[in-house]
Amino acid sequence: MMKKELVIIGAGPAGLAAALAAYEEGIEDILIIEREDRPGGILNQCIHDGFGLHKFKEVLTGPEYAHRYIDKVREKELEIMTNTIVTELTDEKEIKAFNESEGILHIKAEAVILAMGSRERTAGGISLPGDRPSGIYTAGLAQNLMNLQNIQVGKEIVILGSGDIGLIMARRLTLEGADVKAVLEIMPYSNGLRRNINQCLIDYNIPLKLSQTVIDVKGNGRLKSVTAAEVDEAFNPIAGTEYEIKCDTLILSVGLIPENELSKKAKVQLDDTTGGAVVKDNLETNVDGIFACGNVLHIHDLVDFVSDEAEKAGKAASEYIKKGHKLNKDNIFVEAGSGIGYVIPQVISKEKDQIFSMRVRKPDNDKTIKIAADGKILHEENFEKVNPSEMIKIKVSSEKFKPLEKSTIKVVAE
Amino acid sequence: MKKQNYDIAIIGGGVVGTAIARELSRYKADVLLIEKENDVGQGASNSNSGVVHSGFTAPVGSLKADVCMYGNSHFEEICSELDVPYEKTGKLVVAVEEKQIAELYNLQYIGRKNGAELYIVGEDFIEEKEPNISGKAAMYSPNSAITSPYELTIAFAENAHQNGVEISLNTKVVKISKKNSKFSVKTDRGEILADYVINSAGLYSDKIAAFSGEDRYKIYPCRGEYYVLDKNASALMSRLVYPVPPENAGGYGIHLTPTVEGNILIGPSNEYIDSVDNEATTKEVMDKLLKEARGFLPKISREMVIRSYSGIRSKIVPPEMGGFTDFVIEKSPKYDNFINLIGIESPGLTSAPGIAKYVVEMIDKMEKLIEDKDFEKTRKGITKFYELPEEKQKELAEDNPNYREIVCRCENITKQEIIDALNNPLGVQTLKGVKYRARATMGRCQGGYCMTRIIKIMQDEFDMDLEDIKLEGNNSNLFAGQAKGWE
Repeated sequence: MMKKELVIIGAGPAGLAAALAAYEEGIEDILIIEREDRPGGILNQCIHDGFGLHKFKEVLTGPEYAHRYIDKVREKELEIMTNTIVTELTDEKEIKAFNESEGILHIKAEAVILAMGSRERTAGGISLPGDRPSGIYTAGLAQNLMNLQNIQVGKEIVILGSGDIGLIMARRLTLEGADVKAVLEIMPYSNGLRRNINQCLIDYNIPLKLSQTVIDVKGNGRLKSVTAAEVDEAFNPIAGTEYEIKCDTLILSVGLIPENELSKKAKVQLDDTTGGAVVKDNLETNVDGIFACGNVLHIHDLVDFVSDEAEKAGKAASEYIKKGHKLNKDNIFVEAGSGIGYVIPQVISKEKDQIFSMRVRKPDNDKTIKIAADGKILHEENFEKVNPSEMIKIKVSSEKFKPLEKSTIKVVAE
Repeated sequence: MKKQNYDIAIIGGGVVGTAIARELSRYKADVLLIEKENDVGQGASNSNSGVVHSGFTAPVGSLKADVCMYGNSHFEEICSELDVPYEKTGKLVVAVEEKQIAELYNLQYIGRKNGAELYIVGEDFIEEKEPNISGKAAMYSPNSAITSPYELTIAFAENAHQNGVEISLNTKVVKISKKNSKFSVKTDRGEILADYVINSAGLYSDKIAAFSGEDRYKIYPCRGEYYVLDKNASALMSRLVYPVPPENAGGYGIHLTPTVEGNILIGPSNEYIDSVDNEATTKEVMDKLLKEARGFLPKISREMVIRSYSGIRSKIVPPEMGGFTDFVIEKSPKYDNFINLIGIESPGLTSAPGIAKYVVEMIDKMEKLIEDKDFEKTRKGITKFYELPEEKQKELAEDNPNYREIVCRCENITKQEIIDALNNPLGVQTLKGVKYRARATMGRCQGGYCMTRIIKIMQDEFDMDLEDIKLEGNNSNLFAGQAKGWE
């Protein structure tokens, strides 16, 4: 069995940044495992720009952003094993993987960083009703086909869901000569970034239909049309509002799901809301020496934040390798209260300054996010605008936690 | 179609038609199987529960009871010969209310008369065997089993093919008439002559029967919708869990079925529809499926759903009649050697081997069939790499790099299995053909990961052009072509 100090599963933005951070902390025996034929993860197919504003104060494309990290990883000669897929992971940090040139591999790691990213919610996952013809693609798959395989998926397009990939694909498909007829969004607001709505829909005169969804799909063979309808507050279609849109392609941008199948095998405890691991403030899961970062932990809006989070995980993993496991003293549990979807990390120690990442449940103006315990407010911050599509980060100094008696703090938006 | 003359033409490549083809291939006869779709098993045969029934719903002495009992007792052997998964899980028919318990005894009475092994068990038994299921009492059937209905249909067809049966896909029968002593079968791909015609056209069997002068039958399509749950939910139960059948509905009621691959199915519903080819799913029914399934298994949630589909039963009575109807397998009134199979709905999968025997005996009585000594009863399926012990995996991966590449991450399917699926003896080279043979795209990501890889294998290893890559039938192109500016 091969032995490694640190194994990172996934060479996307999270895995790469985690590896570099661990290296900076003096860990050199690192293996990054990647199932694609090259590192970079989903950034490789994100050929549009808008990446790196926070991290590099520059506007980069996805591949450019990835290469900032890939170049460094190569410079430090960190090992990336591509064309390798991990199929098993245990809580003893034993890994089984398949590699194209070497066959079956067994690796024992001292620490593992989970950086597998996410997968897309599918037509089946949203119980899309109607026929099941060809021409229905998730947005990321359509993006992969278009940008990496040079394949045009269709000519007359309807997009369901206004997540960022859906918005980006509306523009991309338009530029490739397709007719994007509408973007339908079941919520009364878009789940995409505001800049993407402007740059990808408004600039191209593509209508965004809020509070509408697809209630029927028709096509025997290839897709022929979808039927759209307005929905009420409980998301049920409103009778009489149905209309048919002729199209040969339906693109689904209906959410990402952290890909934690391996984490489950390693007995990592998952959070029902985020779909990712429950983590401590050092991003360690409930399993000793297994850490998580990036979209496998929770879905991020900006890759820059993925890199930040991954650096933290890389650092924590190297600390674990060097000093062994240290139990947090005086654990405090963090709960999402009213108005807040989730908060990461879910467990903190009193001793450290904390950065909480969170998302609000619905868009609103003039909201105060309060972090409270023992009936007292520890910290509050006012936001002119809040939006579920945008992650909020709040920094709180350890001074605030030290006097706490209770073991739970609550985050609310009021 | 390679020849002009055949001894026997079978119309319809569902599980029944292919089972008959395989049964006939034991004898010396020129057999042609005609299927209008681009693959076998494209109707109800690939969209049912995959259950091997033990025979307690059909009345004693009915043809349905007989062929079902035959199937139940021979299924394991047939699956083993054909390398098809089979698992004797047992079944619980659960009474959720006290007043349904009497009906359990009634079912037990019918079933035991048919020769099925059945017990009435109490709450303790349910609690012990299926702790997540709630019920007051149940009838336990230890011999109920599960199989893969599409793999079985493919296996019947492949085994028949290897024993000399010709299978003509994408071939639609447009007319059958008597030409001297033979039948002329006109299709959209030419005409053939046959001494015998076997009509196992399922939902279209009434139309085919009409060519034989038999116009008494009418098929009433009755749709059943299903949900497929993520494999992560498989720990919730391990046996078949059925409700007490709803009165007069002529079905089993919405039930929970573990599949041989480790998913759980919810369904099917029971709606009469106007069109025999409308396999749509509907929001109303899908909501109902979830609600009823939660009646037995409260832990089921919407997030566990990875797919919905529907299949269509070919019923021979309209909804207002309901109740029990037997399978109809008979010679047409005008021509002895035109055999019609009408209304073969559930338990059609279990009954297929028995029906095949029955039909072949009908022919044998008219004209003695001569056994073919060269008949090979076994058929080898695609090696399921991930199910092998690691030693064996290593051995295979050592020799063949295609076993080192996992193409489908959800189901852990290797590149070699995709290649094997595309190399199938029937010559089916579609995405669905791969799905039903190698399971790729059936997992929780529904092809999000593996589709681009399968396309690449189709292009690189099989020289397929982009425009020839289809989901299933001829008009189901997957792509519009190359992107702009691509040379």
